[in-house]
Amino acid sequence: MTDVVQIAIRSDSDIVMVRQQARALAKELGFSASDLTLIATALSELARNIVEYAQQGEIILSQIKQGELRGLVIGARDSGPGIADIERAMLDGYSTGKGLGLGLPCAKRLMDEFEITSCVGQGTTIKATKWVH
Amino acid sequence: MKTPILKQGPYLIASLQAEQSDTDLLELQEVLVEQVGRFRSRGVILDVTLLDVMDSFATRTLRNMAQAIRLRGAETIIVGIRPEIAFAMVQLGLDVRLSGVQTTLDLEEALAILDRQRQEGMCRD
Repeated sequence: MTDVVQIAIRSDSDIVMVRQQARALAKELGFSASDLTLIATALSELARNIVEYAQQGEIILSQIKQGELRGLVIGARDSGPGIADIERAMLDGYSTGKGLGLGLPCAKRLMDEFEITSCVGQGTTIKATKWVH
Repeated sequence: MKTPILKQGPYLIASLQAEQSDTDLLELQEVLVEQVGRFRSRGVILDVTLLDVMDSFATRTLRNMAQAIRLRGAETIIVGIRPEIAFAMVQLGLDVRLSGVQTTLDLEEALAILDRQRQEGMCRD
């Protein structure tokens, strides 16, 4: 079971669509109703960041299995302006955009694992994993 | 997608949809703030029972909506935050950002609160 879904993110209707796709995939894996909501919320924040800062990018959702563990991996990729100061971007309330500055810290808090790499002028890549408990 | 808005006496009831996009929410904000004036509404009920997530954008927009509606002379009550959404909001500290906006479990309670506030308002006049 290595279902992978790749979704182009260009507008706010794609944010809604990617949430629904993730819910369906996560449900298959056996996540609880509250975990489904946490995943959808994290994804919403990540997809919105793409639209707001990079205008376009993509989200890749994949189911993973590691021994007994099952999980959902969210990959978010864009070729936007990148993040100059990742440490600051991960702080609650810090924003260079019009948001609350909660997007990245929110997404990190809701997932079990969170990796971010970003290069100014080249874009941002995020990999976030949630395991079925 | 347009958000359905019902007029119920002196109140407006908006039912937010599951597939509500950011643009839809901003549009709803504008329409409600305008309609409160047009219908001289005393209260606005935002029913979020169907909403699939309440992320930072939705939280901020609902708070802004409630504040703008208050400036136009009406009260706003958010109705039907589901258990899993409530947990997610608390985990993210979004509940604090919504403070100052009244929330109730269901429509019945929201209508009762708005009725009571109106009566108290009339007694003071």
